[in-house]
Amino acid sequence: MPSTIVTSEKPANLARRPVRTNSLILPPPAFRNSIPAPTLQYQGAEALVYRTFFLHPSLNIHCALKHRPSKPYRHPVLDAKLTRHRILAEARVLAKLRRAGISVPAVYALDWEAGWLCEEWIEGETVRAVLDRSLAGWLDAADNDEGERVNGSLERLMRRIGTLVGQVHENGVVHGDLTTSNVMLRASTQTSQDADKSAALNELDGEAVLIDFGLASQSVQDEDRAVDLYVLERAFGSTHPKTESLFGEVLKAYGQSYKGAKVALKKLEEVRMRGRKKIMIG
Amino acid sequence: MPIAIGLEGSANKLGVGIIQHDNPASNPPSPHDSAFSGDEQQQKQSSPPVRILANLRHTFHAPPGAGFLPKDVAAHHRRWVVRLTKQAMKQAKLGIKDIDCICYTKGPGMGAPLASVAIAARMLSQLWNLPLIGVNHCVGHIEMGRAITGADNPVVLYVSGGNTQVIAYSAQRYRIFGEALDIAIGNCLDRFARVLRIPNDPAPGYNIEQLAKKGKHLLDLPYAVKGMDVSFSGILARVEEMGVKLDQGTEPWLDSESQEPITAADLCFTLQETVFAMLVEITERAMAHVGAKQVLIVGGVGCNIRLQEMMGIMASERGGSVYATDERFCIDNGIMIAQAGLMAWQMGFRTAMKDSTTTQRFRTDEVLINWRD
Repeated sequence: MPSTIVTSEKPANLARRPVRTNSLILPPPAFRNSIPAPTLQYQGAEALVYRTFFLHPSLNIHCALKHRPSKPYRHPVLDAKLTRHRILAEARVLAKLRRAGISVPAVYALDWEAGWLCEEWIEGETVRAVLDRSLAGWLDAADNDEGERVNGSLERLMRRIGTLVGQVHENGVVHGDLTTSNVMLRASTQTSQDADKSAALNELDGEAVLIDFGLASQSVQDEDRAVDLYVLERAFGSTHPKTESLFGEVLKAYGQSYKGAKVALKKLEEVRMRGRKKIMIG
Repeated sequence: MPIAIGLEGSANKLGVGIIQHDNPASNPPSPHDSAFSGDEQQQKQSSPPVRILANLRHTFHAPPGAGFLPKDVAAHHRRWVVRLTKQAMKQAKLGIKDIDCICYTKGPGMGAPLASVAIAARMLSQLWNLPLIGVNHCVGHIEMGRAITGADNPVVLYVSGGNTQVIAYSAQRYRIFGEALDIAIGNCLDRFARVLRIPNDPAPGYNIEQLAKKGKHLLDLPYAVKGMDVSFSGILARVEEMGVKLDQGTEPWLDSESQEPITAADLCFTLQETVFAMLVEITERAMAHVGAKQVLIVGGVGCNIRLQEMMGIMASERGGSVYATDERFCIDNGIMIAQAGLMAWQMGFRTAMKDSTTTQRFRTDEVLINWRD
């Protein structure tokens, strides 16, 4: 049998959904008396994401509170070291990208001892949710006017994603967990009650924001960049089947986004060939 | 009620096991809550359709400070395989006519030991006129663990001298979600044991585990988790340096907080706490990813009580449970090969004589698991 190389989907592909319904989970101590109480949004293996208000509700600044609870199975010294390291790494990456003007959430506050990071709340939907909705229509009606119009905005969206990933890479960061669930489309601020008919167009035209840098690292190596793209490609293929042509737009835009992009794309072909997995020895 | 004999010799253990399936395929083992090595009683309670008629093992031990070399291991296997097979048949009180198939390890593993055991299997097949079944060693571990513990559809952590994988079943394959990118966890422990000249008998990992119980100072080691993958080579290099430093003992080495001297036990403790935390972390990630609640630990390192304990804490936090077995089934053995081989045999799988080769490279996800839905 040929050694078919199978790559698992990346973890956080599904991590943005609740995995356990344990009512005893509490937000970090500093937020336990907040009124209104922080609401749990997502629960992954590592972190819990709450939505709450920054500083005081009267300021009306929504924020995402990412809590990394301590892991009781780990030695406390090791646990504290890892939590500190990961929270700081995530914050540093976000700050670095933010300084470069790339659309990622702003960091508001953090406490590595208590294990939390507070960042800007991105109002809107994940690209995954938006794509799930609009792709159904696109695949059915690709050849009429409506299909053409959606097609145009889908392609524009793909190009924006490709450019965004390119900008992140250009600034020496690899995301580590690129999926369509980790790209948000910021809801447009204009109230569009009368724009129902162009809703599909609007929802595809929001600003793309990259979120969840929990597995991100600072690297300028083409190998790391290529693996980043490969993970996105696999995640894209498994969550949105029959959309290979659309993904081509992502790569096209990526290729034009910064100077070293072509080399990373070349490397991607190599990574594709071998898969992310090595051939096992022994 | 088919009976299979399994021959295993992918590393320094030679195993011969005989297994019987009581109710083939009709009565899957029912899951139960915990399986901390109390598997014998539980086996009676839940009466899984597997009966172990013989489980013999003979291990080649390298002297302290050294590892086992393929040629020595192969010679060991050649010397023992006939004796062990005879003894197993005697213990099972079976004749040649009672056996249905000969199962052997096709890979992965060390080339020379694999080949010497495969020769024995081919010989038996021709002598007794029975079909051969080539088995993937990793699948053997998983199937044995499932059969013994009754874990129904667990995320599997397979940790041994040569393998480190986090595996979950999906669409008739055991898919690898995460794995070691360089050396295996057991290899890391074994090689560390050599630096401190910790004995290889009964197993270096076992002796590290006993020493670690006396350790209390956690030293600083690298921690290398990448998504669901891990890397141990950097950790090994660092802890080996520490071992050499301790060994030379030119200057006193004191813990920075308590001012107590650092001992070999502290190094073992540090190494275990660090690498096991990494393993539990990637397993948890895989569980969150596939939405599983059960974890099954298999492979030689899986006997480690500290690893089982850490995994247990993680699993209970997630409202799940951990399944593990003791050294009879965790460490390489013949029955696991017989178990996986017999399942394949019941699906009509046969390995023709001309295909009865061995391979050092054989990924877990290459095998079609057509006995599960």
